[in-house]
Amino acid sequence: MVSLKTNCGGIESPNPFWLASAPPANSGEQVQRAFDLGWGGAVWKTLGTPIRNVSSRFGGLHYRNERAIGFNNIELITDRPLEVNFKEIYDTKKKYPKHAVVVSLMVETREEWKDIIKRSVDAGADGLELNFGCPHGMCERGMGSAVGQEPRVNEEITSWAVEYSSVPVLVKLTPNVGDILPHGLAAQKGGGHGVSLINTIKSIIGVDIDNFVPMPVVANKSTNGGYCGQAVRPIALHMVAQLARSPEFKIPISGIGGVATWRDAVEFILLGSSSVQVCTEVMLRGYRVIDDMVEGLEEYMRSHGFSTIDAMVGKAVPGYSEWGELDMNYESIAKIDSDKCIGCQLCMVACHDGAHQCIHPDASGTTRVPVIDESECVGCNLCQIVCPVPDCISMVEVDNGHAPASWNQHLAGEGTLRPKKGSH
Amino acid sequence: MSTVDKERTEAVFEDFKPAYSHGQALSEANRCLFCADAPCIKACPTGIDIPQFIRKISTENVKASAKTIFDANILGMSCARVCPVETLCVGDCVYNHMDEPPIQIGKLQRYATDIAYAEDWRFFRAGADTGKSVALVGAGPASLACAHELRRHGHACTIYDKRAVVGGLNTTGVAPYKMRAERSEAEAAWILGIGGIEIEYGVEIGANKSWDALLEAHDAMFVGVGLGPDHWLDVPGRDLEGVVGAVDFIERFKPGTVELAAVKSAVVVGGGNTAIDAVRELVGLGIPSVTMVYRGVEDKMSGYAHEWNAAKQEGVVASFRSQPLAFEGEGHVTGVRCAVLDDAKQPTGLQRVIAADLVLLAIGQAKLEGLLAELGGVTFERGRVVVDEAQATTRKGVWAGGDCANGGKEVVNAADEGKRAAQAIDAFLKGAG
Ligand SMILES: Cc1cc2nc3c(=O)[nH]c(=O)nc-3n(C[C@H](O)[C@H](O)[C@H](O)COP(=O)(O)OP(=O)(O)OC[C@H]3O[C@@H](n4cnc5c(N)ncnc54)[C@H](O)[C@@H]3O)c2cc1C
Ligand SMILES: Cc1cc2nc3c(=O)[nH]c(=O)nc-3n(C[C@H](O)[C@H](O)[C@H](O)COP(=O)(O)O)c2cc1C
Ligand code: SF4
Repeated sequence: MVSLKTNCGGIESPNPFWLASAPPANSGEQVQRAFDLGWGGAVWKTLGTPIRNVSSRFGGLHYRNERAIGFNNIELITDRPLEVNFKEIYDTKKKYPKHAVVVSLMVETREEWKDIIKRSVDAGADGLELNFGCPHGMCERGMGSAVGQEPRVNEEITSWAVEYSSVPVLVKLTPNVGDILPHGLAAQKGGGHGVSLINTIKSIIGVDIDNFVPMPVVANKSTNGGYCGQAVRPIALHMVAQLARSPEFKIPISGIGGVATWRDAVEFILLGSSSVQVCTEVMLRGYRVIDDMVEGLEEYMRSHGFSTIDAMVGKAVPGYSEWGELDMNYESIAKIDSDKCIGCQLCMVACHDGAHQCIHPDASGTTRVPVIDESECVGCNLCQIVCPVPDCISMVEVDNGHAPASWNQHLAGEGTLRPKKGSH
Repeated sequence: MSTVDKERTEAVFEDFKPAYSHGQALSEANRCLFCADAPCIKACPTGIDIPQFIRKISTENVKASAKTIFDANILGMSCARVCPVETLCVGDCVYNHMDEPPIQIGKLQRYATDIAYAEDWRFFRAGADTGKSVALVGAGPASLACAHELRRHGHACTIYDKRAVVGGLNTTGVAPYKMRAERSEAEAAWILGIGGIEIEYGVEIGANKSWDALLEAHDAMFVGVGLGPDHWLDVPGRDLEGVVGAVDFIERFKPGTVELAAVKSAVVVGGGNTAIDAVRELVGLGIPSVTMVYRGVEDKMSGYAHEWNAAKQEGVVASFRSQPLAFEGEGHVTGVRCAVLDDAKQPTGLQRVIAADLVLLAIGQAKLEGLLAELGGVTFERGRVVVDEAQATTRKGVWAGGDCANGGKEVVNAADEGKRAAQAIDAFLKGAG
């Protein structure tokens, strides 16, 4: 039996899939529809002093046949009156007592924090999320990522929130920092029950090259926005793992950034997240993507022998190490399955122009299947990455007789490194 | 200066392969793997750099895409429509080795070249005048490609054609559901837009102007006369009304009009591509019953299987292993009497009669060896003009290309041979300085 029941920093939900604080969690009507379709929780669109938004708010990064592999926005926090939001939170919580309703908040003064936290808790919030992450518009007003970039301010505001709140407090971190760890530790020090990351990354999504204005265009100007969607997942995974593997960092993580499928969720969980949040994929394809997410996660857990989410959290963290700890004597080479090869020779051109010049045309000229010079192959994976045929190029381990040795061992005078491979 | 009839019969045909919309073209172009040393390039007789032109469509750099196409093949617009791509470029797409449909190269080529025509983009300018002039005989694809290339090198060109239409069989022969006559004329006009190419219509070289006179008036000559009239079947009833050569028939209805209201059933004799075109055209023109009569068995037909499958879907029936013995009827044909053959094409002793008030003969076109015999020094092999790799005939100063030299292939072959001949002629004229 597999259970998806989730507890992230004391916030419980029937499954680990939460809507991130963003347009899909903007109103009670939406959140309730999402719960009906299977979402486990929702972080309400950030509340604060309501703002006004501009017209033309989003931009998409399209690549080949894929629409919006990256996404960017210049919208701010909620533009709906606070009392309307609180009433809808109250109604939603009443109707869905088992689902997680987390309220995202962003205000300036201590008084304002105190007031808005009280109203959120009174409305029935299961938890709070402090938005220290928004990289545009709000930070110029001394909020959002302006707070997230200053560990001291982060810690202080977190401690206020923890003081005023009777429900768990998550701190949402901005990725617009050099090293995420001090920021995660600041939230922990301030008493936060967990962190959520990442918020969006400062970005310009493109330029209107006919009118000489960046995008999205508002009248005749634009501004930098926040980048998210599939393209940011590698950055988000790194930041999550960076916290998860730190021995000092001990509070739970809600992973965010480019979650589009159950597989992405598994990756976040294995690197230390106990819940995941989704914004862009829902904006692009709707709440109904939850079906596949839930069923795919269940099937993964069944097939890998996990009965609870907790058992999965952080499973891949020990496998994430410093470069200096990698085994330099491990050797792999590429092999082409000639039955599967279609003769496109993309591997050949990639290896010649972008790697180590060791894939060559067949000398007999009778076949388009290229030949790999195994004595020169450094095992970089480039050919396998460009090959369009599933499972046609595999990277195969070579038993070269060398005992494992890392760079750190080498520096410490322990272990012997194998000779450099390849003449290029 | 269109010479095609506005009310012409072919106007009833729609495109068999409809044009791509912008979105369709982008999505198909983005599927292209951009192969290294791509097999499709080798499968194109003109060697268009297909992965490059497709990549340029995918980046919405259509002008450069069209230039890549036309640089290799100035007839790229019509080739995109009329090439049997299934056996050329598309047939060699590496996706055929995967469970993926091959890239629709012809349709993408059409996308880029149609935009070039619609926008009237011109990519090539005539070279500096060399003072030399070249005679080109026939205004078909071979001569058009040759003349255009010669102009890029600055040689003056005069094309002679016995007909009144430009474009050769590309205008008068190609099936209308692939391309209508006016499109081929538009192509010729676009090609001639480079300037410096004269065309003299209604001049049959060898009949009302001699080969020698041409050679005297010009510094070099390109022969692109194509093939001769339809072969005939020498059987009783051969002169009955309603028995017509297929190419001749197609040439009448494409740029002009034919009256077919009285035709209830038609027979096309043959199993090649002209026969398949003819049956599909007759069905498209609304003839209730169309039968293809072929001596051999279905899988031995020389016509393309993909075309024949389309014909069957359109309602054509076939009478295989049938050898016409006589055309029956009084004054006008009413039927075709056939001997029934076995699989080895030997008579079985049985006969069948197929009703027909129109019979098209699609059993090949004659070679023009006789016509060219007066051009001393040119040699022939099985009716084709003998040429070397640079399309030079055995007579100095005379090159040949297209159907008359290759025995009857495709427009794209004519385009390639005409262009290569021009490069050789240019070297000759500059060398002879
Ligand atoms: C019915 C039919 C359908 C076809 N369909 C296709 C198709 O779908 N796709 C494809 O790629 N190819 C197709 N082809 C083949 C293609 O049309 C030819 O390969 C191509 O047109 C050959 O070009 P060419 O320039 O060599 O000759 P042609 O196109 O035959 O042009 C020769 C020109 O020379 C002129 N001429 C002949 N003798 C003289 C003379 N003595 N003096 C002056 N002028 C003369 C003729 O009037 C004609 O205009 C088809 C052919 C036929 C018959
Ligand atoms: C249009 C839009 C509006 C957003 N608004 C907020 C917000 O009000 N508060 C907040 O904490 N994050 C906000 N975000 C960030 C998301 O919650 C999320 O952290 C980010 O988009 C990364 O997740 P994703 O890749 O699934 O989209 C917004 C994102 C988008 C695209
Ligand atoms: S000219 Fe014909 S064969 Fe060559 S690429 Fe174009 S469609 Fe394919």
